[in-house]
Amino acid sequence: MPVILTTDALIFLLIAVALGYGVYAAQHEHLRAPWRSVARSRVGVAALVVIGCYVLIGLLDSMHFHPRVEPVAASSAAPAATDAARADAGGAAAAPMEARYSTQVLSVLDVILSGLRERQEKTFSAPFATHLFVKEPIEQPDGSIVRGYPPLEHGGAHLKDPSRRGFDIAVRTVLGAIKGLLVWMALTAGLVWLVAHARGETFNDGASAIWQARTTVPWRVLLLTLAVMLVLGFVAAELAAGYHILGTDKVGEDVFYQSLKSIRTGLVIGTLTTLVMLPAAVILGIMAGYFRGLTDDIIQYLYTTLNSIPGVLLIAAAILMLQVYMTNNADQFASLVERADLRLLFLCIILGVTSWTGLCRLLRGESLKLREQDYVQAASALGVRHGTIISRHILPNVLHIVMITVVLDFSGLVLAEAVLSYVNIGVDPTMNSWGNMINSARLELAREPIVWWSLAAAFVFMFTLVLAANLFADVVRDAFDPRLARVR
Amino acid sequence: MSAYIIRRLLYAIPILIGVNLITFVLFFVVNSPDDMARMQLGDKRVTPEAIQAWKADHGYDRPLLYNAQAEGTDKLTDTIFFEKSLKLFAFDFGTSDSGRDIGYDIRQRMWPSLAIALPVLLVGLAINISYALMIVFFRATYIDVGSVVLLVAMMSISGLFYIIGGQFLVGKLFHLVPISGYDTGLDAFKFLILPVIVGVVGGIGTGTRLYRTFFLEEANRDYVRTARAKGLRERIVLFRHVLKNALIPILTGVVAVLPLLFMGALITESFFGIPGLGSYTIDAINRQDFAIVRAMVFLGSVLYILGLILTDISYTMVDPRVRLS
Repeated sequence: MPVILTTDALIFLLIAVALGYGVYAAQHEHLRAPWRSVARSRVGVAALVVIGCYVLIGLLDSMHFHPRVEPVAASSAAPAATDAARADAGGAAAAPMEARYSTQVLSVLDVILSGLRERQEKTFSAPFATHLFVKEPIEQPDGSIVRGYPPLEHGGAHLKDPSRRGFDIAVRTVLGAIKGLLVWMALTAGLVWLVAHARGETFNDGASAIWQARTTVPWRVLLLTLAVMLVLGFVAAELAAGYHILGTDKVGEDVFYQSLKSIRTGLVIGTLTTLVMLPAAVILGIMAGYFRGLTDDIIQYLYTTLNSIPGVLLIAAAILMLQVYMTNNADQFASLVERADLRLLFLCIILGVTSWTGLCRLLRGESLKLREQDYVQAASALGVRHGTIISRHILPNVLHIVMITVVLDFSGLVLAEAVLSYVNIGVDPTMNSWGNMINSARLELAREPIVWWSLAAAFVFMFTLVLAANLFADVVRDAFDPRLARVR
Repeated sequence: MSAYIIRRLLYAIPILIGVNLITFVLFFVVNSPDDMARMQLGDKRVTPEAIQAWKADHGYDRPLLYNAQAEGTDKLTDTIFFEKSLKLFAFDFGTSDSGRDIGYDIRQRMWPSLAIALPVLLVGLAINISYALMIVFFRATYIDVGSVVLLVAMMSISGLFYIIGGQFLVGKLFHLVPISGYDTGLDAFKFLILPVIVGVVGGIGTGTRLYRTFFLEEANRDYVRTARAKGLRERIVLFRHVLKNALIPILTGVVAVLPLLFMGALITESFFGIPGLGSYTIDAINRQDFAIVRAMVFLGSVLYILGLILTDISYTMVDPRVRLS
């Protein structure tokens, strides 16, 4: 039974907005030209592929549902079967009966990664470990008890001889790489065929044009980045079936699974915040610049006041208030997931409140300049209504500023989430996020030998996304702001 | 000039009133003092008497805006709004929820904050400006391209990573300086080195990249072309013309953040155990001490507005073309 959380709904709304913008941009040359130059930039295309992979995972994680509760007989019949197979079997068996749903909320990504989710250990274990990280009393076959590192329940459990682990890892890596390359080749063939078809060439000519980088869009870079991502993904999947490739955390949860689940949180904060703040920033900014006078004074007062409150403190105050409200009205939330989701949404809103002022000020300045332009003067002399002038003449001419700000803000917001979660004013502690991972792993640094994998995983996943976003933002800015491009 | 400053100071009053109203609404209207008391006392076994006692202890037992039971001017002054919000204007911060004098704490904790923030700013400025100048000197070479890639990568690393990595490398691996803590007087030096290094390194990415664009913008101007055309060496062009003019946006940007240095660096201070205002704020947030958060919000706004005014004044000092009116 599908569940639509509030942030899910907003994500789908965001996609609709993005599609609408895409259609609009495709019909207008002044918007199409910069995007075309983004598509021609090698860095831009590579960054886009990486971001695309993150977005795909985030979207899979945004489709939630209540899983069907299986009849007891069906689930006990196939306890060791893989989850996909079990879901099929359960679905088939439960079909004739009345469907029952558990109260648990899962996402499509959870189903795909169900192996990772369910293979819990007792506590810490290092990446690729076959034994726990901490010593525990183990009962020997003869009844005596020895303190040692007990073997993991799942990680490396398929190995008959633990000393063959290196060989097993190598085999799995090669196997994963081959699978990844096969998928990549299939995709490549499809793409080459499409490109060749569009260029009116034969398949071979198209392939060599791509390979020698003679195409306007750098397909070669795209394919190479895609190859790296696919190989990495398939190798990780192949290895993760037998090991905890990034180790496990304090309660034995797989760190790789946590990192993947955190992607959605990061993306939601980076994008929804913008979606929340955009209407206010655009409307108020243009109004202040266009109408001037009292309207301008009031709007300027509003954003100076908001801006003068230190951002972190405003967020802290608002989140504290939310916590007080949630503790006192705990019965209003159906489930923990819903509660965490609402807190995430609230965090986006409050981040939006603290970050809309910059864009608003930029838009005000630009509208001040635009309203003096001849075509705006002419329109108002001809008696065109204010609303029409704004939507026809002002708004299209400030869209590029909006675009640049949206893209530039994204990476900062993703990084901000980690810091806020560290101060406990970020997302709900029960929610998977890179900030929460770092926060909980920080205390374990004092251990000897140190538990580094949670921190490292969170940083690497975050770094990849933020780096790609930063590079992409640079390309977008250069494309939309010709003045800057000339300076470079 | 002085008339301008006075007018700007007067403009600040409505803004501060606005800030005050926002915090008042957030802290007292959205959640009543009863909610706060329940939160502080814990969920279980809260009796109405306990809530009343907590409120009386902390001065929240008055009406919000208008006290109908009081006499004369007390009708307006014996209220939460007057006691808790308006008194901030006189920098009377009152006592925290745990009973300490906030004003005293702030005056004590200001100095450690400044001891970190000021060196970070100065050293960071020196490094960022020299690095950016070097990139511009070698522009359109591999040094330029490589540096830009490095800077973008450094920007993309979370600030938390610099702190944790720095603590691990310097403190744990090499045992050079203590990982955290603070001392008064000259002994503070060894505690300050690591946070300052971390702060500077963490800021290189953003800072240098920004300054690089400032320099490039100046380097493309006509007067620079003239300077080159009359045969000046590149070194002289850079230092005597480009640097001097690009310093205007850099310096005014720095002036804007000067007052905020007192507020301290939130995350750095709490990681390194420095008893400054940043860690004070974070502790208050974690302990849910609303009185301190309220005081810090007000203090931050005052300092921000001060920064705005200083920026305007510094523009006239460094750039004679700008006149304040």
